[in-house]
Amino acid sequence: MSGNKEEEDPRINGIKTKIRVVPDFPKKGIMFQDITTVLLDPKAFKDTIDLFVERYRDKNISVVAGIEARGFIFGPPIALAIGAKFVPLRKPKKLPGETIFEEYELEYGNDRLEMHIGAVEAGDRALVVDDLIATGGTLCAAINLLERVGAEVVECACVIELPDLKGRQRLKGKPLCMLVEYR
Amino acid sequence: MFAVENGLQGDPRLKAISDAIRVVPHFPKTGIMFQDITTLLLDPVAFKHVVDIFVDRYKHMNISLVAGVEARGFIFGPPIALAIGAKFVPLRKPGKLPGRVLSEEYELEYGSDRLEMSVEAVKSDERALIIDDLVATGGTLSASINLLERAGAEVVECACVVGLPKFKGQCKLKGKPLYVLVEPREFDDITLYN
Repeated sequence: MSGNKEEEDPRINGIKTKIRVVPDFPKKGIMFQDITTVLLDPKAFKDTIDLFVERYRDKNISVVAGIEARGFIFGPPIALAIGAKFVPLRKPKKLPGETIFEEYELEYGNDRLEMHIGAVEAGDRALVVDDLIATGGTLCAAINLLERVGAEVVECACVIELPDLKGRQRLKGKPLCMLVEYR
Repeated sequence: MFAVENGLQGDPRLKAISDAIRVVPHFPKTGIMFQDITTLLLDPVAFKHVVDIFVDRYKHMNISLVAGVEARGFIFGPPIALAIGAKFVPLRKPGKLPGRVLSEEYELEYGSDRLEMSVEAVKSDERALIIDDLVATGGTLSASINLLERAGAEVVECACVVGLPKFKGQCKLKGKPLYVLVEPREFDDITLYN
């Protein structure tokens, strides 16, 4: 995991072969990394979760924050296995209670990520989960939300990294754990 | 059918689940008492109870596919799928899934929306479970049933954490049974500030 090629866990190749790359989605020039094909293989999906759970179970993580929507698929199984709370980080206006938001840049314009006030407390040790890291913009917004309420972000966890987009450098110094690179 | 009607009467886990749900009045609009399951997710014990109850019910029903409705169905579906060894299939808003999709329209109060599923999701002879956090009108679940049936799957049941009381007894959606854990909570002042 995380670029440590000499000791790559044998389960990782099984996961990598299940990821479907879809050219020109959602628009021309983008090679879309489709993880839904991993979810169609119960062993590959279980291996993905197990790899993260093995890494985090002894790190005293009290909250797993998942980024809408694919972070909602991977985050909760990890949270359940390590006994942490799960907090959904959502697009605007989806969360019903009082929220705080963090803006982040898209290719054209901005978007916002929201979190419920009171869900995460000062002193919480947090893991941020999404399916993929590209530019790191969304993950950075997630880190900001958690830090603003006094949580400590221990690490970001993604199934896939696109290292050419250098998202790893936008994580405010927080480490990134990923399973599969796509160049 | 509610869990209490089917062997779980008096099960303390159901009260723990219900107590962990927060009611937010007048969201997304006036008159709606929104059943907020995010507070349930903040309680690892109660969240695990939800998964355990569903897993206990479905693990011997030969379910090969769990379909979850975007987005809150993505939270409850995968842990169940993982525990019973089934695949997980996301049912998504339009334009989110790459590749070839089946699309099903369903009615909203004003206008309509669409739900999509990848054509790769269903092989032959699949027995499917559909999951969402809450069932109200049943419109989204009905659209989900249509998608799976159009792809050739057999829908065994639909399951939700919260459901309106009208789904008691043998109430079915498009001929398919519905399994619900708890009724909606009432709003009271104490709930809001929990």
